[in-house]
Amino acid sequence: MKLIKYLLLGIFFGIVLTKSEVISWYRIQEMFRFQSFHMYGIIGSAVVLGAVVVQIIKRTGMKDTMGESIDLPPKDKVFWRYILGGSIFGMGWALTGACPGPTFALVGNGYWLFLLVIAFGVLGTYFYGVIKDKLPH
Amino acid sequence: MIDALNGTWPWYIAGPLITVVLFLLLYWGKTFGVSGNYRTMCSMLGAGKSNKFFDFDWKSEKWNLVFILGAMIGGWIAHEFLPSGQIPISEATVADLQAIGVSVGQEMVPMDIFDVNQLFTLKTIVFVVVGGFLVGFGTRWAGGCTSGHAITGLSNLQLPSLIAVIGFFIGGLLVTHLLLPYLVAL
Repeated sequence: MKLIKYLLLGIFFGIVLTKSEVISWYRIQEMFRFQSFHMYGIIGSAVVLGAVVVQIIKRTGMKDTMGESIDLPPKDKVFWRYILGGSIFGMGWALTGACPGPTFALVGNGYWLFLLVIAFGVLGTYFYGVIKDKLPH
Repeated sequence: MIDALNGTWPWYIAGPLITVVLFLLLYWGKTFGVSGNYRTMCSMLGAGKSNKFFDFDWKSEKWNLVFILGAMIGGWIAHEFLPSGQIPISEATVADLQAIGVSVGQEMVPMDIFDVNQLFTLKTIVFVVVGGFLVGFGTRWAGGCTSGHAITGLSNLQLPSLIAVIGFFIGGLLVTHLLLPYLVAL
């Protein structure tokens, strides 16, 4: 029952992604062609407001609902995994028109082929796990 | 009232609502990041038996699986009850896409690529199978996707996330501007 709030927040997230058309392949094309402000506005305003929220959390020492201090896990200070992995992800993003969040909302919208996108996303993740020690990070 | 929810939600509404998701997950002691679910699914399917990377207690990530189940349901609710009609894509994009033979209709995605009936065409295999694989492989190598890096990481002013987002654009621009004309003609 503790999980119900995550279900409700996920429903909210799915509605926002659909109604703002973040799930649309065409919106991702607009973004990669620099022909509309829409996606930049969404990500940009989420980040600017997010940065304010994170600063408030840090400066007030806000606690989460379990009473623990809220920490954002730091990322390793390396280079290659971000630029190379990021570029591979970007290629997939432009092809499918969907990053992982939208793949799930698209299935809910009845675009069934995105079940296959998810399945191969899981397979790609598995492949990373298998060869990760051979990759630069 | 409900009419106001139809049509496209503008960026200055959608962006802050995504920050609400970011904040509530932090407040509940979690971190926003959707691609972690792909790894959790590997673990659920038993990948942890043969590979340490997937050998973790996937049940601790149940909240995130429930979250994306919700995202699926949210997609259905929006589709059924808050219809969009024509998506107002920029005219320049419509012209560019039509010039390379991609149709722009009422749907969220081009149905000449993502229709279930197109399943066994080479074009669809490239966009769906290869595309999906690259998303899964790349996001794990980079340690996160749009939610984990672009939203959470940039909000936390983390340099690694900025590098990852630059990577997202290197890959995306390469496919969009160099490869797409050939791939849609397959």
